[in-house]
Amino acid sequence: MMGRFGQIVSRDLHLAVKQGMDSFMVVMFFVLAVVLFPLGVGPEANILARIAAGVIWVAALLASMLSLERLFQADYEDGSLELLSLAPFPLEAVVLAKVCAHWLTTGLPLLVAAPLLAVLMHMNADGFIVLAAALALGTASLSLIGAVGAALILGSRRGGVLLSLLILPLYIPVLIFGVSAVDAAVGGFPMKAQFLILGGFLLGALPLCPWASAAALRQALE
Amino acid sequence: MSIFTGHELVCIRGERCVFSGLSFSVSSGGALVLTGPNGSGKSSLLRLMAGLLRPAAGVIAWDGEKTTDEPELHNGRLHYVGHLDAVKPVLSVAENLNFWAVLKSKTGNADAATAAALETFGLSYLADVPGKFLSAGQKRRVNLARLSASPAFLWLLDEPTTALDVKAVAALEAAIAEHRSGGGMVVVSTHARIAMDGAETLDIKEFSRRPDPRYVDQGKAA
Repeated sequence: MMGRFGQIVSRDLHLAVKQGMDSFMVVMFFVLAVVLFPLGVGPEANILARIAAGVIWVAALLASMLSLERLFQADYEDGSLELLSLAPFPLEAVVLAKVCAHWLTTGLPLLVAAPLLAVLMHMNADGFIVLAAALALGTASLSLIGAVGAALILGSRRGGVLLSLLILPLYIPVLIFGVSAVDAAVGGFPMKAQFLILGGFLLGALPLCPWASAAALRQALE
Repeated sequence: MSIFTGHELVCIRGERCVFSGLSFSVSSGGALVLTGPNGSGKSSLLRLMAGLLRPAAGVIAWDGEKTTDEPELHNGRLHYVGHLDAVKPVLSVAENLNFWAVLKSKTGNADAATAAALETFGLSYLADVPGKFLSAGQKRRVNLARLSASPAFLWLLDEPTTALDVKAVAALEAAIAEHRSGGGMVVVSTHARIAMDGAETLDIKEFSRRPDPRYVDQGKAA
C-alpha cells in the first residue's frame, strides 16, 4: 500500500522534473505578482509593510491555482487515469498521492520564495518564520481543495476559468486566517488560534478532499 | 476454477439504451469474443466488466459475488486494455511499463517481469526510448505488454489489434493462449481475426435491437 503510494508520488515528481516548467512558472508568477505591488502602490515602506502579508498570500493563492488545471488533465487524456482507477488501490489514495506530488512541486517552492518577497515588501522580520509556517499549512490545504476543482472540470472546455470560479471562493477561509496569523506575529500578538484553525482546515481537507475528488473522477471516467 | 458472469445487463449511455437483457459467462481458460457493428456497445460492455461503468440494471459477478461489492478486489484480478495507451511521452518504454507493473504487483518489485514482458512483445530494443518517439503500433504494444508484466486472471481487451503488425498480433495470440492454458480468461472485442481455440462469440447486435421501454424512460429521467 505505502509502496504503491510512493510509486505514484515518485512518478509524478519524475514527470514534473522531466516535462515540467511547472514549478518554475509557478514561482516566477508568484514573484512577479508580488513585485507589481511596490511598482503600483509606490515605494513607501509603511504602506508596503502594512499590506505585505495580504499581498503575499493572495499571490500564493493565485500561483498555486495556476498549475491545478493540469493535475489530472494529462492522465485523463492519455488514459492513465482509467488505469489508475483500475489499480488494486483506492482511488482516494491515488488522488492523495497526486496532491502530495503537486504540493512538493508547486507549494514547497512558494515557501522558499516567500521570505525573500517579504523582505521586498518591507515586512517586519518577526513575520518571516510565521509567514513560511502559515504558508506551509495553508498551501497544503489549497492543493487539497484545488484537487476537487481539478477533478470536477475534467472533460470540460475552458476548464481553467471554471476552475478559478469553483475554487477561489473555497480558498477564502485559508486566506483570512493565513494573513491574520502573519499580521498577529508582526504586531506582537499571540497567533496560536490562527495556527490551530489553519491546522484544522488541513485536517478537515485531508480526508474530505481526496474523497470528493475521487467521486468526481469516477464521474468523469464514466 | 473461477467463473465470471453477467446477468440481464442493461447499459444506458446519454439517454440511449445501448443494449439490454445481455448475459454472458466466462470460466477459467475460456475466451469470449464480442462482435457487432460500430456503436453496438462492445466497448461499453468491456467497461462494465472492468467496473469503469455501472450497469443501469443487471449483475456482474465473480464466482457468484457481485464485483461492485469489492471493486478493489476486482481491480486486482483484471487487466483492461482500452483505446488509450497510457504511455507517458517523457518516460522511457521500460519506465512506463514498470510503473504499471509495480502498481499491480503484490511485492512492489517488477523489474524482472517488466523485462520479460518487453521481450514477449518485441520491445526490448526500445526499452530506453522515450514514449514520445513511439509509433501508434509501438505504443499499443507497450500497452499490451502490461498484460504480461503482472499476473491477473481476467484480460479485458478492447480492439487490441488496432495498429498492430502481423508479428505483434502473433505475439498477442501466443500471450493469450499461454494465459488461458494457465487458467486465465479473456474477453476481446474485435473486428479483426484473432486466433483463439474454442472461443465463444457474443454478438451484441442481438441485444441492442430491442430496447426495453422501461429503461429508455429511466434513462431520460436521469
